[in-house]
Amino acid sequence: MSAPAAHAPVTTARSGGSAPEPRTGRRKPKVSFRHRASAWDRRYSPYLYISPFFLLFAVVGLFPLIYTGWVATHDWDLIMGQGEFIGTENFLAVLGERAFWISLRNTLSIFILSSAPQVVAAILIAYLLDYNLRAKTFWRMGVLVPYVVTPVAVALIFSNLFGDRFGLVNSILETVGIDAIGWHSGTLPSHLAIATMVNFRWTGYNALIFLAAMQAVPRDLYEAAEIDGAGKVRQFISVTIPNLRPTIIFVIITSTIGGLQIFDEPRMFDQYGRGGTDGQWQTMTMYLYELGWTRSDFGQASAVAVLLFLLIVAIGLVNFIITRRISSSEVKR
Amino acid sequence: MRTTDHNQEDHSSSARAAAQLAPARAGGGSRRRSRLLQGVALTSVMTLALTACGGSAEGDDSSGGAAEGEDVTLSVTTFNEFGYEDLFEEYEELNDNITIEHNKIDTAENARDSLRNSLGAGQGASDIEPIEVDWLAEFQQYPDRFEDLTDPELEDRWLDWKYEDAVLEDGRLIGYGTDSGPQAVCYRADLFEEAGLPTEREEVAEFLGDSWEDYFAAGREFVAESDSAWYSGSDNIWQGMINQVEVPYQNEEGEIIADTNPEVKDLYDQLLEASVEDELSAGLAQWSGDWSDAFQRDETFATMMCPGWMLGIIEGNAAEVEGWDIANTFPGGGGNWGGSYLTVPSQGENIEEAKKLAAWLTAPEQQLKAFDVVGAFPSTTEALESEELLSSTNEFFNEAPTGEILAERADAVETQPLKGTEYLTINVAIQDAINRVDVDGIDDPDASWEKFVNDMEALR
Repeated sequence: MSAPAAHAPVTTARSGGSAPEPRTGRRKPKVSFRHRASAWDRRYSPYLYISPFFLLFAVVGLFPLIYTGWVATHDWDLIMGQGEFIGTENFLAVLGERAFWISLRNTLSIFILSSAPQVVAAILIAYLLDYNLRAKTFWRMGVLVPYVVTPVAVALIFSNLFGDRFGLVNSILETVGIDAIGWHSGTLPSHLAIATMVNFRWTGYNALIFLAAMQAVPRDLYEAAEIDGAGKVRQFISVTIPNLRPTIIFVIITSTIGGLQIFDEPRMFDQYGRGGTDGQWQTMTMYLYELGWTRSDFGQASAVAVLLFLLIVAIGLVNFIITRRISSSEVKR
Repeated sequence: MRTTDHNQEDHSSSARAAAQLAPARAGGGSRRRSRLLQGVALTSVMTLALTACGGSAEGDDSSGGAAEGEDVTLSVTTFNEFGYEDLFEEYEELNDNITIEHNKIDTAENARDSLRNSLGAGQGASDIEPIEVDWLAEFQQYPDRFEDLTDPELEDRWLDWKYEDAVLEDGRLIGYGTDSGPQAVCYRADLFEEAGLPTEREEVAEFLGDSWEDYFAAGREFVAESDSAWYSGSDNIWQGMINQVEVPYQNEEGEIIADTNPEVKDLYDQLLEASVEDELSAGLAQWSGDWSDAFQRDETFATMMCPGWMLGIIEGNAAEVEGWDIANTFPGGGGNWGGSYLTVPSQGENIEEAKKLAAWLTAPEQQLKAFDVVGAFPSTTEALESEELLSSTNEFFNEAPTGEILAERADAVETQPLKGTEYLTINVAIQDAINRVDVDGIDDPDASWEKFVNDMEALR
């Protein structure tokens, strides 16, 4: 987008320089061809260089996306393939099912329980890591360790910790005198347990992203703040946070996308992978999987995929607007 | 699962790129609109990329090896415990040119999903794929995706019902029978003794009786004297009950009758009354972590519905625990739970070799070896009559003559239920209904049944 704008002055300058010089008919085509070729080069080659991504994206991203929309308007069996065109029937069928709304509720609940604490914790951890700690590389690598563990392994370990009868968490609660919690039977407890897995995995990773951004904050801002008499907390709120704004937006958008598509952790949360006997923790992607692979109805599964896509775009935008407002109001302060 | 890993890789690589960009963008506050647009673009592009990836199919690597030439690699999928590990080695020794790749899946449901996926994608299936009796009818809807295994020499190899179940309408054979699942009752003799009940196999069989009422009555007697429960969970008992109903979930026309069939509802009520009101159940969902752990606990459960293949699973979970035994009886007569077939999907590259291997694996001699290893009870007539089977004993189950007991339980099986195309889905739904009451305790039996009725409506 910015490329033509950046090149415009250059072209103007060049043509301005060559304008007074009268050209003969003989020389004109040759020079002009070279000029034109080099102008083309400057003007278009950046697009050429970035085109592989977009070509690849068109093939592996855009095409499947549009094709999903196509499948969603058809009666489509996993094995037998395409059936009749049925318009919006799949969407209506999905929207009319209780399981869809439950999965929507679960997805949003797990998303909020995981994303919100995650971002706050990640900023705080990054702030601590930004200090001159001893062995700082060790600590910085340390927070990334959970990210290296595969989600399936994390889920296996945590679903054992959160066992209803013989899990470690409940044993600890019982020794403290709190009643055992039905992590696999209650709705909110199961969401908390799954959010814990997600946070375990992603907090350190996001902390490192914040850390990178924090280190780019000019140190003289802190010095100036200190001279003005600002304490550590005040510096954090008035200097660090506003400077992290773009990174916060980025982290929130990526965790929105990841959080709304959560699949591995809830699927591995029990032995059946269906999201509980009453759909307590069945997320939208799990519901999609159930429709497509267990019930073999690819049409309805695709309808859920399209709805999920719209939901993510909508929430992404809301997120973006809110974060923008919060951080810009902080800049003014 | 591999798909989602891709997502995360995408996620992380783009995240890294953006993290590098982020500080550069940190300066200005004026170009708000363009930043909003950037944000929109970023969100939608990433969403597009990620959602698109989410839909793609998972491809298992299999069907390797060229069809021509001498060396052939055959892939075989199994689930739970088929006991084939040693047999594969034996077959490789017998056939120098054959290499076998074993793709072992944890549960039957996951094996089914994986096969569905491969059939849908037209690739990715193993050369030999297992189908369990509960979802046999479902896959018979796609006859052209499987090879016809009819072989005049093998026609009389299996029990009649085992063979006929796999015959399609047009007479083609979709699979060779592996094991069958005649059920007996496994019990903890040590817990019986503590509760002052009989412990000898014959006496226990008598004590348990041969109807569900007797079995539950015996349970009430037991729990009155013991801290342990009578059975692990209602879903285990349900499998015993439902496999005795002739036409359980779908009628001959394939219509769903599960929620209107009085027989199903009666069993449901009877079971949950015993589990909840009489407190016979330990409230553990089968195959869950808590369920596996409970085999090693002091406060546990005393009996279990035991098809042959369950013996290996109990032995695995209850290693070092002494007292397990098996009684030659079954509430409500006989019952068959589970048992599978080996099929050869048409998409494979080594169909002829795969057919040979499937035939070999299901031959009487091999069935006996699998029985020896994991208790997979044979389904071939020759193996069922063999002295080797009838004289076999199981050390873990107090040297019980398991071969003889299960052979008698097989004779007692009177009905092979009519399992329709949706059998597995419906059975899963009703097990969820049962577990909502017995395991999770979030519904009473009536409320949970209402939800099951809704599920059936959604399925119709």
